[in-house]
Amino acid sequence: MASAANRRAPALVVLSTVLVLLWLVIAAFPFLWTLWGSFKVQGDFFSRADWMNAIWGTHTIAQTGNAFTAQGYYGAWVQEGFWRAALNTGIVVFFTVIISLTFGTLGGYALARSGYRYAFWLLMLALVFRAMPHITLVSGYLMPFFQWNLWGHLPTAIIVLVAINQPFTLWMLHSFFLNIPKDLDESAMVDGCTRFQSFWHVIVPVMWPGVITTGLFSFLLAYNDFAVTAMLLSRENQTMVPQIASFLGSTYEEGNVMFAVAAVVSATAPLFVLILFFQRQIVSGLTAGAVKG
Amino acid sequence: MPHRTFLWFILPSLLAMVLFIALPIGSVIVQSLYVEHPQVMVESESCGPFGCTSATTVDQAATRALREAHPLGRFNGLGTYLDRNHLATTEVSAAWQTATGPGDFVSRLMNLPFYKALAFTLTYTFVVTPVVILAGLAIALGVNGLPRLLRGPTIFVSLLPMIVTPLIGSLILFWMIDADGIIGATLQRIAGDPDLSLKASPALTWLTVILYGIWHQAPFAFIVFYAGLQTVPSETLEAAQIDGASRWQRIRYVVVPYMAPLAVFVTLIQLMDNFRVFEAIVGLSAAANATSLSYFIYSDLNGDTQQFGSAAATSMLTILGVAILLTPVLIRTWRDFNRKRV
Repeated sequence: MASAANRRAPALVVLSTVLVLLWLVIAAFPFLWTLWGSFKVQGDFFSRADWMNAIWGTHTIAQTGNAFTAQGYYGAWVQEGFWRAALNTGIVVFFTVIISLTFGTLGGYALARSGYRYAFWLLMLALVFRAMPHITLVSGYLMPFFQWNLWGHLPTAIIVLVAINQPFTLWMLHSFFLNIPKDLDESAMVDGCTRFQSFWHVIVPVMWPGVITTGLFSFLLAYNDFAVTAMLLSRENQTMVPQIASFLGSTYEEGNVMFAVAAVVSATAPLFVLILFFQRQIVSGLTAGAVKG
Repeated sequence: MPHRTFLWFILPSLLAMVLFIALPIGSVIVQSLYVEHPQVMVESESCGPFGCTSATTVDQAATRALREAHPLGRFNGLGTYLDRNHLATTEVSAAWQTATGPGDFVSRLMNLPFYKALAFTLTYTFVVTPVVILAGLAIALGVNGLPRLLRGPTIFVSLLPMIVTPLIGSLILFWMIDADGIIGATLQRIAGDPDLSLKASPALTWLTVILYGIWHQAPFAFIVFYAGLQTVPSETLEAAQIDGASRWQRIRYVVVPYMAPLAVFVTLIQLMDNFRVFEAIVGLSAAANATSLSYFIYSDLNGDTQQFGSAAATSMLTILGVAILLTPVLIRTWRDFNRKRV
C-alpha cells in the first residue's frame, strides 16, 4: 500500500493503537497471571485481601521460605500421577495425527483430481459431518462400545478422533492438492506410471507444506479434545484434559487447587511452543480455506 | 480419475467416516426410540405376630438379567422425545393454556430443561458470532496499521486464546473470576459489594460464558480478516482516495465488500462451533444457570446411571438444529455448483 493511502489522522492512530493494546492485554494477561500464580501457594493465588499478594508471594514466603514454590507441580506430576496422563496424551495425539494424515492425503488427492459429481457430494457430506457436535456422536458410540468391550482403550479413542478429524483434513488437503498443477502427475502417468506410482513419486515429495499445516490442526483437535477422551477412556487410560477436569472434583476439598493450576500450565506449555515454531503455518492454514474460496 | 482408482484412494477415509460418524448417527436414532428397563419389583409378604405386611423390593438379579438380555431397553417410540426432559409437549400446552401472559409463558418454558438449554445455546450462538466478526475486523484493521515489525509478535499473542484447550481456557478464566481471584475480588471492591459473585446469578453466568466465547473465538476472525486485508488491491484503495473518499468511506465501500466472502466463511465456521458450546460450561462450572444442548447430553451420559435413551433423543434434536443452521449454506453451495456446471 502506498504511504499516502496509509497516512491517517493522529486521533485514529491513537484509537487503533489503544484498541490493539487493549486486545493484547485481554489475550495475554490470563496466561501470564496463571503462569506466575502457579508458582505460588493457594493463599496467594486466591487472595481475597489483596491481589498484590500473588505478585509478591507474601504467603508463599511465609509458608515455604521462598517467593516461588514448585509444590503445585510436584503435587500434580508426582503425587497425582499427571505424568501418566501426559504420556497417554502423547500416544493418542501422535497416532491420531499420523493416521489422519495418511487417510487424508489419499482421500484429499482423490477428491482434488476427480472431476465427477460425487466428489462434490462427498465434500458436502464432509461439511455436514464437520458440523456434528462431537458429544452427539459420543452418545452413539457408548452403548455399542460397552457391548463389544471396546470402551476404555487408547486405540478406540485414537480411531474415533481420526474419524472426527477426517472431514476437516479432507477439505484442507483437497484445497492444497488443487493448488498443485495437474500436469505434474499426469505427465508422470503419460510416462507409464500408474496413478498410485505418480502420486507416490511425484506428488508426495512436493506436498509437505500442506501436510504439515493440516497436521498442526489435527494435532490441535486431538490435543484439545474433551468430549471424546473424557467419555471413551477408562480412568487409567485418561489423557490430560479429562484428568484436569477430574482433578477439580477431588482437589477442591483438600485445598489443592494449585495441583490443577500447575497441571493447566503444564498442558498449555506445548501449545505455546507450537505457536512459537509454527505461527506462519497456523495462520496460513486458517486462511487457506477462506482466501482461496 | 477412473471410478475404481478413486474408490481405492478414498476408501480408508470414507470407511472411517462411515463407521464412526454415519453409523453412530444411526445408532443414536435407534437408541432414542428406547428407554432403560424399569427395575423389576417383587412383592413379598412378611407375616409377624401383628398381621401381615407386604413390601415391594427391587429384584436386583432379575433386573440385571433383563438389562443384560435386552441392553437397548424397551421400545418407547417417540415417548422420550415428548417427555418432560425434552420437548415436553404436555407441559408446554398446559403452560400455553393457563399462562397469564407472554412473560409468564416464557418463564414457565425456561423451567423445562430442554428449552432452557436451547435458549442458552441459541443466545450464545447468535451473540458470540456477530460480536466475534466485528471484534475480529476491528483488531485486524488495528494490527494492519501497526509497523511491520510489531505485527508478528501481536499475532503470536493473539493466537493464544484461540489455540488453548477450551476446557483449560475456561478454567483459567474461572479461577480469575473466583471471589478470591483477581477479577472477582476487584469487581467486588469496585461494586462495594462483598457478596457479588459472577457464579451465582443466571444473568452474570450467561454473560461470563458469552464473554469467554468471544475471547476464545475472536482470534480466528481476526486472523482470517487480517490475511484478507493483505490481499485488498492497493490500486482500488488509491483510486478511491483520488476520487475523494475519506478513510471511513474507503473502509465502508472498498475494504468491507472485499471482505464479504471471508465474513461468510467465518460466520459458517462460527455458527458450527458456537452451536456446540460445551467445554466452557464444564470449565466455568456454569451448569446450574447456563446449560447448552451439548452439556445436556454430556450430563445424561455422565451421571451415575447413564441415560442412553434421553441422551440420544437430545442428540437427535441437536442434529436437527445443526441441519436447520446449515440449510441456507448447503442450498447456496448447491446453486453455485449448478451455475458452474451450466
